[in-house]
Amino acid sequence: MHNLVCIKHTPDSAAKMLVENGQVSWGDAPMVVNPWDEYAIEEALSVRDKLGGRVTALTMGPESSKEALKTAIAMGCDHGILISDESMSSYDARITSIVISKAIAKLDNVQLVFFGKQAIDGDTGLVPMSVAYTLGWSGFSYVAELAEIDIDNESIGVIRLLEEGRQSCSGKLPAVISVVKEINEPRYPSFVGIRKASKAEIQVLTLDDLELGDQISSKHNGSLNWSELQEIPRKSTDAEIVEGSDLNSIASELVEKLIEDKVI
Amino acid sequence: MGSGVWVYIDHFRSNPLAASWEAMSVAKLVASKLETSVTSLVFGNQIGQLVEETSKYVSDTIIVCDDHTMEDFRVEAYGALAAQLYQEYEPQIILLPATSRGRDLSAFLSMKLGVGVVTDCIDVDVEGEYTKVMRPVYAGKLNAKISLDGLHPQIISLRPRAFPEAEECNGAPKIIEVEAVLSESDIMVKVLDYSDSRGDVSLTDANIIVSGGRGVGGPEGFNPVRELADVLDASVGASRAAVDSGWISYDHQVGQTGRTVSPDLYIACGISGAIQHQAGMRTSKIIVAINKDIDAPIMKLAHYGIVADLFEFLPIFIAELKSYLK
Ligand SMILES: Cc1cc2nc3c(=O)[nH]c(=O)nc-3n(C[C@H](O)[C@H](O)[C@H](O)COP(=O)(O)OP(=O)(O)OC[C@H]3O[C@@H](n4cnc5c(N)ncnc54)[C@H](O)[C@@H]3O)c2cc1C
Ligand SMILES: Nc1ncnc2c1ncn2[C@@H]1O[C@H](COP(=O)(O)O)[C@@H](O)[C@H]1O
Repeated sequence: MHNLVCIKHTPDSAAKMLVENGQVSWGDAPMVVNPWDEYAIEEALSVRDKLGGRVTALTMGPESSKEALKTAIAMGCDHGILISDESMSSYDARITSIVISKAIAKLDNVQLVFFGKQAIDGDTGLVPMSVAYTLGWSGFSYVAELAEIDIDNESIGVIRLLEEGRQSCSGKLPAVISVVKEINEPRYPSFVGIRKASKAEIQVLTLDDLELGDQISSKHNGSLNWSELQEIPRKSTDAEIVEGSDLNSIASELVEKLIEDKVI
Repeated sequence: MGSGVWVYIDHFRSNPLAASWEAMSVAKLVASKLETSVTSLVFGNQIGQLVEETSKYVSDTIIVCDDHTMEDFRVEAYGALAAQLYQEYEPQIILLPATSRGRDLSAFLSMKLGVGVVTDCIDVDVEGEYTKVMRPVYAGKLNAKISLDGLHPQIISLRPRAFPEAEECNGAPKIIEVEAVLSESDIMVKVLDYSDSRGDVSLTDANIIVSGGRGVGGPEGFNPVRELADVLDASVGASRAAVDSGWISYDHQVGQTGRTVSPDLYIACGISGAIQHQAGMRTSKIIVAINKDIDAPIMKLAHYGIVADLFEFLPIFIAELKSYLK
């Protein structure tokens, strides 16, 4: 079984974001594997551990995103692919999905593609289902449990976490899923894995390799234009500490304030 | 280029989400600016009641697909129909609530119609053909202004609770009934059943949320938190520390790797307010922090801070509220 996991290299979730000349910067805060994607990696690995086969990690981004692939390999992935091209800078989710789908279609015999629920930079959560659409495969978003994989019957059963509860559903293989945190507890990179990652050859694909050169560079037809980034005005003051002679008077003071604010 | 504003009415088993009526209010505002009409899309199975409810809000047209293949939201079926309807009517703008379903549908339409879409917007500004929206990025640490100029259609999903709900009006909308595009055998995904469907309000829709963190100390520590939530008719949230300790299930988690919420009132009990927790609740209108530690980061974000042991304070606060709410 060949499983693929798509990952993104993002600034650490604790990084302070600043805007300089309309561009985002995060100082020297480290870049990490998008936290949601760690669950996707873990799930791909545990399916391999159970059913055999191999796991390929794939990312699209600048040369530096190789680091994310190395982390994935250190966790246990067998192989890493970077899609990187001079011409690409800020692709929206649609273009990203077209490129990733093309790469997946070129790979050998992929049965399952794992994604995180969303990437913590853009926070759009569009790519997984967009890739499912483009490939014409069954797509399951917000998966909290992979209940069943039946390779002989080419079927898959999952449990999805919706706002209102859990939904169990089934579909055909090959399939695309995006996972939520509940699905597993990601493993740490192992010592052996880290050694393997440091020696790993990362395969690099360009848009020309994917025969997308023309299609994509006919320039962002139908793409979004991120015109401006803004910092959010911060609350300048600390909380008003509600005080009183005892807890009873603090409680009644708080109730009064909440009534005044019309929230209760 | 076509005209008209569409709004997708999101529902769970025929119960509409408040976020749908919020999207409706944006649709009306945008349509009046553009001097065009509002059309709602209502897809489902045996949805007479839902269509009736929708009629209370929209004054122009409702496109209804009432079909057994539409029983559960499945993006293949809903998307195929919405895309075909788009080809027929060519609206200028399509609005959806940014719920799990709205997001998946917007992804489908993006690919099928060949346009970029923006999700989770908190502000929409339309001027003639120029549409600009604002959405939070980097876990709400920054806002991005995004232009959809030149896109046909302009597809925008709206963050729940970022806009007011539409008011009811006495219109008599025109109802257009349409057939599903796919038959059951064309649809790859089958929905088997539901479990755990929450009786309480889902976190994303809640007006008030009471959350507990590591400070509640254990599963029983959520008892006073739940009791407070009951008194306020609120939903119960939690920090990741409480979820990871196994004290409460993951669907209660608020934060970067949990749910993003934006209630009128958020009460954090025994939560330090790590940046990843803030990412999920910072847009709440009023934030109350109950914490022993006056230096906890949550005290910077909160509007009101109570420096106390939550187990001592909550029972007193609950009693106070009960006597007020009586
Ligand atoms: C990639 C990533 C993603 C994450 N995603 C999330 C997320 O989605 N949501 C999330 O919440 N966290 C998330 N975290 C974890 C986050 O960093 C914090 O570890 C977590 O929020 C801490 O939870 P807490 O505030 O309950 O616990 P603590 O930080 O341990 O805080 C407990 C607080 O309770 C107070 N307290 C203790 N006892 C009492 C008492 N009796 N009465 C009153 N106060 C008391 C203490 O003073 C303290 O401030 C994430 C972390 C990472 C790295
Ligand atoms: N450039 C990329 N390369 C590889 N995977 C990506 C990329 N962008 C997004 N993804 C994947 O798609 C998921 C959803 O991302 P997004 O739709 O951008 O929020 C992420 O968790 C990743 O798994």
